[in-house]
Amino acid sequence: MAATELTKADFQSDQETRWCPGCGDYAVLAAVQGFFPELGIPPERVVFVSGIGCAGRFAYYMDTYGMHGIHGRGPALATGLAAAREDLSIWVVTGDGDALSIGGNHLIHALRRNVPVKILLFNNQIYGLTKGQASPTSELGKVTKSTPFGSIDAPFNPISLALGAEATFVARTIDTDKQHLPMVLRAAAAHEGAALVEIYQNCPVFNDGAFDALRDKKRGEVNRIYLEHGEPIRNVTRDADGVLRIGGDGAPVIHDAHRADPSFAFELSRLSSSPDGPTPIGIFRDVARPVSGQELTHQLAQARAGADDSTLDAVLHAGDTWTIA
Amino acid sequence: MKATETRERVVVRMAGDSGDGMQLAGSRFTDATAVFGNDLATLPDFPAEIRAPAGTVAGVSAFQIHFASRDILTPGDAPDVLVAMNPAALKANLGLMRRGATILVNEDAFSVRAVQKAGYKESPLEDGTLEGFTVKRVPMSSLTTRAVEGVDGASSRDAQKAKNLFALGLLSWLYDRPTEVTEKWVRAKFKGPVMEANLAAFRAGWSFGETSEMIDVQVKVARNTEVAPGTYRNLNGTEATALGLVAASIKSGLPLVFGAYPITPASDLLHALSRRQDLGVRTIQAEDEIAAASMALGAAFGGALGVTCTSGPGLDLKTETIGLAVMLELPMLIIDVQRAGPSTGMPTKTEQSDLLQALYGRHGESPLPVLASSSPGQSFEMVYEAVRIAVTYRTPVILLSDLFVANSSEPWKIPAASSLPAINPRFRTSPPGEDPFLPYARDDRLARPWAIPGTPGLAHRIGGLEKADGTGAISYDGPNHARMTELREAKVAGIEVPDVEVLGEVDADLLVLGWGSSYGTIRAGARRVRERGGRVATAHLHHLNPMPANLGEVLRSYERVLVPEMNSGQLAHELRAKYLVPVESYAKVQGQPLLPSEMENEIWQRLS
Repeated sequence: MAATELTKADFQSDQETRWCPGCGDYAVLAAVQGFFPELGIPPERVVFVSGIGCAGRFAYYMDTYGMHGIHGRGPALATGLAAAREDLSIWVVTGDGDALSIGGNHLIHALRRNVPVKILLFNNQIYGLTKGQASPTSELGKVTKSTPFGSIDAPFNPISLALGAEATFVARTIDTDKQHLPMVLRAAAAHEGAALVEIYQNCPVFNDGAFDALRDKKRGEVNRIYLEHGEPIRNVTRDADGVLRIGGDGAPVIHDAHRADPSFAFELSRLSSSPDGPTPIGIFRDVARPVSGQELTHQLAQARAGADDSTLDAVLHAGDTWTIA
Repeated sequence: MKATETRERVVVRMAGDSGDGMQLAGSRFTDATAVFGNDLATLPDFPAEIRAPAGTVAGVSAFQIHFASRDILTPGDAPDVLVAMNPAALKANLGLMRRGATILVNEDAFSVRAVQKAGYKESPLEDGTLEGFTVKRVPMSSLTTRAVEGVDGASSRDAQKAKNLFALGLLSWLYDRPTEVTEKWVRAKFKGPVMEANLAAFRAGWSFGETSEMIDVQVKVARNTEVAPGTYRNLNGTEATALGLVAASIKSGLPLVFGAYPITPASDLLHALSRRQDLGVRTIQAEDEIAAASMALGAAFGGALGVTCTSGPGLDLKTETIGLAVMLELPMLIIDVQRAGPSTGMPTKTEQSDLLQALYGRHGESPLPVLASSSPGQSFEMVYEAVRIAVTYRTPVILLSDLFVANSSEPWKIPAASSLPAINPRFRTSPPGEDPFLPYARDDRLARPWAIPGTPGLAHRIGGLEKADGTGAISYDGPNHARMTELREAKVAGIEVPDVEVLGEVDADLLVLGWGSSYGTIRAGARRVRERGGRVATAHLHHLNPMPANLGEVLRSYERVLVPEMNSGQLAHELRAKYLVPVESYAKVQGQPLLPSEMENEIWQRLS
């Protein structure tokens, strides 16, 4: 099937989508289905793996191969799949609870190994499917069903976490940003190793408006600090002490996503601790590093290709043997 | 010329500090014995600590080998000979010895300090502790040092480390083992002065046996001539399992993806397989047990042979993924090398106490096939069978092994690759005409199609949510859930399993039924009883779910049925519940294998 023949419809499954009205997941699904035809990968070579949570349903709505797994284990399932198959485009869809709480260990190790999977982290700062408990990205003091007196646990910054886990591609985007979201997905798809894309996603039922400072057209124009490689970062400067700041009158800063040292990307990730003010959006880091098993999978396939009964007989007879007539 | 004596069988136990190289000496003695042509069985027994404080009882590592001129089934009961490299080794193992047995001690190691460290007040060599034993006091350390002194470039540390080779040389003379096998190994394993030092120590031990008046008799154990023709090798249960997986991968054409997290005593399988990249084996040391299982399952979705391996605490963690595999109906193999539990329990001690967990340890109605390996060599056959069932029926399978089977070794008749049963993945490759693809349609075995990513026209989504029969779409419909529950149950229940075979007189007074690694012990105990006229039959289960179709009939045809297990009676519990037969349980949970002598006693008690 040639790339040009593919359309959005080729990636739409016949399942009825069942997210709440107004959920940010709809926008992400539409963006993914819309941009996939341009990759030129036939749907049967694409696999969506997901965990549990609202985001987990995503796998059912793509007319590709898909596995709706267990809570937090998406990256581990995808790692096994990638180890078995070098010819697939593997995507993991996860949420902030799934990826950062119950599945935190799998997420960091998939990034550390640089497994060739693209991880879409839908961050709505709340547990949705279990009906409104605090998540690892919920802000301090947040009142939820499980934290009636306000959350006392400090939240993760997913971008900082991914960078600390040696991720080679780390980006942030927004569910409703119709230009930026596909642009980031495109870059993630082009990346050779593991890619983590944090998507700010509004939950209209349990955490409505969490990202209004960025999603809202007028406020967003002020607060979105777009990161573009090689371009000056708007409203970010480096002061006399060498510290990166929002605003200020220090030296302008040029974004460099390809810097091998992750500390610059980390500095950028620390510019905002929550999405209620000026926040960097875009690709924080995009560097090349050996991809887990990339060469190996190919070599192993070749080793296997020639193996037959005579190979097996030789293996079974290796070492000290003796024969009884 | 020294006197010689011929024996039918001998049990030798070597014990020393965990740094003394007893496992190495034991496995070298084993290889020489195997190549010589005795039947044999071995049992390593080592502490959990890598290096427990030197000279303490906690740090003692032992290796036992039973070899004979006839077919043997177990590593033996009480050893005939104990080699004790220090006082702690003597103390830890003396209780296993019967009066009259021979004890070879490294006399040099019995200093006042070492004696006290082992918890003795006085030297056991002097205070009558060893009365009734034949004690040979051999200054192994100093004789080794003297032998190594002549080696250019060898340090005193090399001499100190080579005393296990001295002991091995002495034992090799004592039992007339071929020396070439060991010397060849030393040459291949070591280089330079270390190799020379080890060779010198080995030869010095041999010469000591030949010349010292202290050792007066050489013991001969003739070749076992009642062996089926064929080519043999010696291997332990772990090696057999690794070979079985490799064989299953090659015969099925499925790439082997093996996910594991280090855990005693299962890690050795990860080590063995990680060396087989030449055969296309992909091993992944996962971040945790959960990931290891999930990686195996993810690989299976992609059309690989997905395997994970663990021991008790790891099986707890893998449970969630195994449940998903039940729901996804994908082939997957979980190998549980059982150890003493609960929790961390005794990681280096054996037990069979995960049976009920394997059968039932998942939430919801989630049946899966459970198999068990019964001997080191048989592990090959069993893991191959487990893969065949997993692939044929599209189901996760649990294979129960245990530390005893994994670490014990025996001669194994090498099968011809062409004789192994076919394993056909039967991937769905083409769209089935005009009909929509039904991921949960079923064949006559109730297995569903395995359509892997990359296959045009068959893209589909599967997951842990309940599926509509046939289409696999998400379904919360009650009657559909009941139907799917029944189908999953019927698929596993319908797996073809060979009938259980009864050994011995069909109309015996007692049937002894075992499973897993007690196979050899039960047969050996029953054989001794039969040789003295006792009427006992034995049978062994390799398939725990489903059980053989004739099992109920077999159980009901004996007045008394004894079920020995290294747990508190889990199989007995299962048999009573399933067949309403009042089987008797013999339960042993000491972290040690059952012994033929205790089997013999238990059988006689029930016959009289």
